[in-house]
Amino acid sequence: MLFLLAAEGGESDHNPIIPIWQEIVVGTVAFAVLCFVLMKFVFPRMEQTFQARVDAIEGGIKRAEAAQAEANQLLEQYRAQLAEARTDAAKIRDDARADAEGIRQDILAKAREESDRVIQAGKDALAAERATIVRELRAEVGTIAVDLASKIVGESLADEARRKGTVDRFLSDLESTGAR
Amino acid sequence: MFGQANVLAAGQAAFPPSVDDFYLPAILPWGAENAPWFTKFTLMVWIAVGVLIIFFLATYRKPQLVPTKKQWLAESIYGFVRNNISVDMIGHQGVRFAPYFTTLFCFVLLTNSFAIIPFFQISPNSHIAFPAILAVISYVLFNYIGIRHHGFGKYFKHALIPPAPWYILPLLIPIEAFSTFIIRPFSLAVRLFANMFAGHMLLLVFTLGGFAMLNANAWLAPVSVVSWVMTVALTLLEALVIVLQAYVFTVLSASYIQGALAEEH
Repeated sequence: MLFLLAAEGGESDHNPIIPIWQEIVVGTVAFAVLCFVLMKFVFPRMEQTFQARVDAIEGGIKRAEAAQAEANQLLEQYRAQLAEARTDAAKIRDDARADAEGIRQDILAKAREESDRVIQAGKDALAAERATIVRELRAEVGTIAVDLASKIVGESLADEARRKGTVDRFLSDLESTGAR
Repeated sequence: MFGQANVLAAGQAAFPPSVDDFYLPAILPWGAENAPWFTKFTLMVWIAVGVLIIFFLATYRKPQLVPTKKQWLAESIYGFVRNNISVDMIGHQGVRFAPYFTTLFCFVLLTNSFAIIPFFQISPNSHIAFPAILAVISYVLFNYIGIRHHGFGKYFKHALIPPAPWYILPLLIPIEAFSTFIIRPFSLAVRLFANMFAGHMLLLVFTLGGFAMLNANAWLAPVSVVSWVMTVALTLLEALVIVLQAYVFTVLSASYIQGALAEEH
């Protein structure tokens, strides 16, 4: 009972609803310091980090999209190049075929020409041979004929002018007989 | 920090506990009465400020895109207040106020927590001076933001005149004025203060009550045990109140700012 009274008496000392002004000062200063440090050095940096994170994620998506687009473009390019290479190859094959045909024709023509030339040369040589032989035969036939005639006739036909005339006449006769 | 321990050790705790139990002797000068500059309460406030500054500066010294565990913890606290209080209550422009609300929330939560942390065991917020400071800041903040957003005249017209028939206005305007400009800061401060005060008082009653019964009659020892079990249970309840009151204080501040920024009722 006694300490109950004492406690009730003590209540008049302090009123809990009246703030202590020294505590208001201390609390204000302390909270101001806290606000200053956290709001200046910590939370703005957190916002920056959040933003950087968003940027990083969005940037990653953008980068992936760009890479995808580039890959698609490259694929198209390669396809186009491949098609081009195919047509080129076909063209080269056709060209080669045409070239081969041309070369074949060329060689054929040359061979034909060569054979013609060889045949012609043979013919020419034959003709020349024939002419030589004819010329030689003519001279020989003349001599033989003269020798034969002088032996038969027994007279010397040494006389140049006469002999020549006689031989020629004989040959002409011979030729005209041969031609007949 | 030492007063209660001495009282308990001496076994002469006054029962029932009174308001005087909230006014502890000063630490510097040691044991002086009515010297509030350096008491357990101011010391706890400084400790709370120091702990929060060190925690956030240490965890956010080198922020990384992929957060470390500690950085994640700090970011979660900020992200919680930013997204679940600021943006939810105020909307898109609430992001501006997120740093203040986070500071407020952390400060109230930590100082409240001292109520059940061993060796602190009382919250600075059970002295009305500290909740009063925070309430005054919120009060000044929402009025300042409202005036800056709407202009002086329009803000008070907006705050005082609800969309109601003219004949009811003479009744409504005084009520609105009273509730917005007088009750709001007062209720904000008193709600936090009273919760912390009552919480500490309850813990005192059951703890000291156990000792009182034990001292009065040895046969009452089992009842003392029940009393102390109640203390444990009430400590858990107190943990809930601590978090809830920190949340409520922040949410109400945000809601007042939202009201000041709103275009219509």
